[in-house]
Amino acid sequence: MSRLITRRRFLIGSTLTASALGLSGCDALVESDRTKSVLKIAEGFSMKTQRFLLGDNALAREFTEADLSPVFRANGTSMPDNPQYADWMNSQFSTWKLEVGGLVEKPTQFSLAQLKAMPARTQITRHDCVEGWSAIGKWTGVPLGALLQTVALKPEARYIVFHCADEYEKTLDGTGWYYESVDLVDAFHPQTILAHSMNGRDLEVAHGAPLRLRVERQLGYKQAKYLTRIEAVADLGQLYGGNGGFWEDRGYEWYAGI
Amino acid sequence: MATIDAGMETGRTLIYRHSLLVRLSHWVNVLCLTVLLFSGLQIFNAHPSLYWGQYGADNDPSFIAMEGVQDGDQAKGLTHVGPFTFDTTGFLGVSNVDGEPTARGFPAWLTIPSYQDLATGRRWHFFFAWLFVINGFAYLAYGFLSPHFRRDLVPAGKELTPAHLGHEVVNHARLRFPKGPEARHYNTLQKLTYLAVIFLLLPLMIGTGLTMSPGFDAMAPWLLDLFGGRQSARTIHFLTAFSLVAFVIVHVAMVILSGVFNNLRSMITGYYAIEPEEKQ
Repeated sequence: MSRLITRRRFLIGSTLTASALGLSGCDALVESDRTKSVLKIAEGFSMKTQRFLLGDNALAREFTEADLSPVFRANGTSMPDNPQYADWMNSQFSTWKLEVGGLVEKPTQFSLAQLKAMPARTQITRHDCVEGWSAIGKWTGVPLGALLQTVALKPEARYIVFHCADEYEKTLDGTGWYYESVDLVDAFHPQTILAHSMNGRDLEVAHGAPLRLRVERQLGYKQAKYLTRIEAVADLGQLYGGNGGFWEDRGYEWYAGI
Repeated sequence: MATIDAGMETGRTLIYRHSLLVRLSHWVNVLCLTVLLFSGLQIFNAHPSLYWGQYGADNDPSFIAMEGVQDGDQAKGLTHVGPFTFDTTGFLGVSNVDGEPTARGFPAWLTIPSYQDLATGRRWHFFFAWLFVINGFAYLAYGFLSPHFRRDLVPAGKELTPAHLGHEVVNHARLRFPKGPEARHYNTLQKLTYLAVIFLLLPLMIGTGLTMSPGFDAMAPWLLDLFGGRQSARTIHFLTAFSLVAFVIVHVAMVILSGVFNNLRSMITGYYAIEPEEKQ
């Protein structure tokens, strides 16, 4: 018996040592570009499988007023640090305008009042942060698809890019501005809205006033806040880091459905 | 089942116990579950609190949570489980990163990568999740189409009697393992454990994992009803992962105690040696 236990201890001990060595060697493996490109295969796989199984128009679950989070956690920037935004705030966003351009036939600017006068959709949905937490809120806003129809996309437009008044990371070359993008499937999804109200009130600054994106089948970092400009583009490679979003340029998946 | 006589004088017999597909899928599973566990702990560390229900964030009650708090000039790691709080400094809540006490859920030596990097943890987790799912489907297809499940894993009626099960529990506790013809098959406790892992724990991991995906929820909202919400699913995912860790610890201990060389050989080459029964 005692010999057996000694042998067992030895084996467990050596296994732990081996795995510890393996794990410290892991970081080198983790950082290699080749590893990263292999792992990236999974994102395409997840997106294609979900799109195939989902169809384009399956709806995210909508909840009731009783399900609302008592406190909806604000994440990312909660007060954009930029003088123009301060001016907009001082005017209660009456001087703010949303510019819609890029590959569209009729580039247009919309005031907040104009957006609020458009037919709106209200939905109570769950916001899922990539970190793991969730909060349920009620959003009211203009369906993005309807807005895009008024400006008429050119046939070569493939992606819709959202520019924000929020420089999330201060950099010398200006690559720290928050931005996001979706493809046309998500842009024309019925639950994809430009929300100007949350829980029945005007959107608060911490939640992206005056306008934020809701794209309900994806994670929180896709829900860009403080929108200033919407741009239709043919590809994402020309913008900032080329991956289609602030967090995407920092290693996160562009397809954030998982 | 092929049989080779390994020596007349010893009476040992080598039998072909594990088919190639079973051996291959076993080792692919070892790789996948290892990476999934350590990358999963990396993901957990991004928000080391667990909730029950549809939503859950900082202002909602959590029932398992880890945090680092400042206690004088010392960083203290606390782990909350329901109403109880444990000081877990050095392991959970606060552990050393490059010699500095740092607030993090699980320590650096349990996460991929070792430093805090949620994006990379996710890349690893989802890549190996796909590999795990493909491997699992191949194994299931084989298990149902070949005699594997019927012959090797489904217990016979007489094996499930309390007397028989009691007998096996006693033998296990005394570390007495079957010899002779009885050693040709899994014993009943093994069969039931493997069935629970294959048809309960592993599907539960996949089901709760998919429930955390906002995209998959749109396709299969019934998953939210099944698990009681995305945050409940996240909690079940975590608890099931540690049930699997418990299974692996017992499994590896049994492999070692019942003949590590013979067991490893059978899972690598397929051949397992049967010891003769002691002469009366």
